[in-house]
Amino acid sequence: MKNNPYIYIFTAALVSYLIRVLPLTLIRKPIKNKFLRSFLFYIPYVTLAVMTFPAIINATQSPIAGIIALVVGIVSSYFGAGLFPVACICCFVVFIAEMFLV
Amino acid sequence: MKKNVFLQGIRDGIPIGLGYFAVAFSLGIVAQNAGLSAFQGFVASFFNVASAGEYALFTAIKEGVTYLEVAVITFVVNARYLLMSCALSQRFNPETKFIHRFFVGFGITDEIFGISIAQKGFLNPWYNYGAIFISVPLWSIGTSLGILAGNFLDAKIVSALSVALYGMFIAIIIPPAKKNAVIAIAVIVSFICSYLCGILPLIRTLSDGTRTIILTILISSVIAIIKPVKDEDMENSENQGEVQNEK
Repeated sequence: MKNNPYIYIFTAALVSYLIRVLPLTLIRKPIKNKFLRSFLFYIPYVTLAVMTFPAIINATQSPIAGIIALVVGIVSSYFGAGLFPVACICCFVVFIAEMFLV
Repeated sequence: MKKNVFLQGIRDGIPIGLGYFAVAFSLGIVAQNAGLSAFQGFVASFFNVASAGEYALFTAIKEGVTYLEVAVITFVVNARYLLMSCALSQRFNPETKFIHRFFVGFGITDEIFGISIAQKGFLNPWYNYGAIFISVPLWSIGTSLGILAGNFLDAKIVSALSVALYGMFIAIIIPPAKKNAVIAIAVIVSFICSYLCGILPLIRTLSDGTRTIILTILISSVIAIIKPVKDEDMENSENQGEVQNEK
């Protein structure tokens, strides 16, 4: 870490704030451009998916535990578990798996 | 009236805040890895209020990338708030004071957006303020405690907690993927491309943040061109938040 962490933090904070406030204050009409609408629509899913895998495998001590957490997380979310339960289930699965794997 | 709406916002914000607390705790472990102090983590969470965005921020700090790169990655990772902000702008009563837009905007997160869009009629800023009032402090304190705890927790527990954030990411992308085949394909393609970028020569030397930016823009653009969304899709995905948070 060579640079000043506060400058990093406030750079990110400023960008996040502008992203949230500019459309709300500037755009009073719905976006019409089909490509732009679609692009913005897909971004959250793509970006979260890219950040989840393979990072989840590198986050744990044992990569296998990470894979199991990914699969169990997807399955429990598919069957209706919310954000908080899925997060807990993933942690629990890794904890149990690493008792045997590490 | 204002007070009642504010209280209702707090009530609906409690489950969100508890979820935030747990996830922020695991985010704190990432922040601790990047060398941040508990106070810096608190500041980062209070002013950013974004799980994926802060994760990207902490990773970037750890890698020591340029400030410009941090600005770009924050923009890309948080770009979805741009869309949510656009959607919320349509829900404002023209008679609501303009100043409220600056404060409501501050608290746009996946979950708060979800519950506020689920309210009938025009948006009442005081409802958002209630939800922000309870959830943002929990989010910030959770991050600080994660940083503190990361120092002395057993490696097994840290390892287990560090997947909480990914668990939450999964829980955000899977329900819409279940309803919309294009999103499901987008998620699978993203997993595969992300994995390949981590092992391919040359590309794997790029930082995680840069890879995230490039992949997000490429994959989202290609899918937006091949499968432009219809208006119903947008509506459905917005209602998703409503269903998830109505507990």
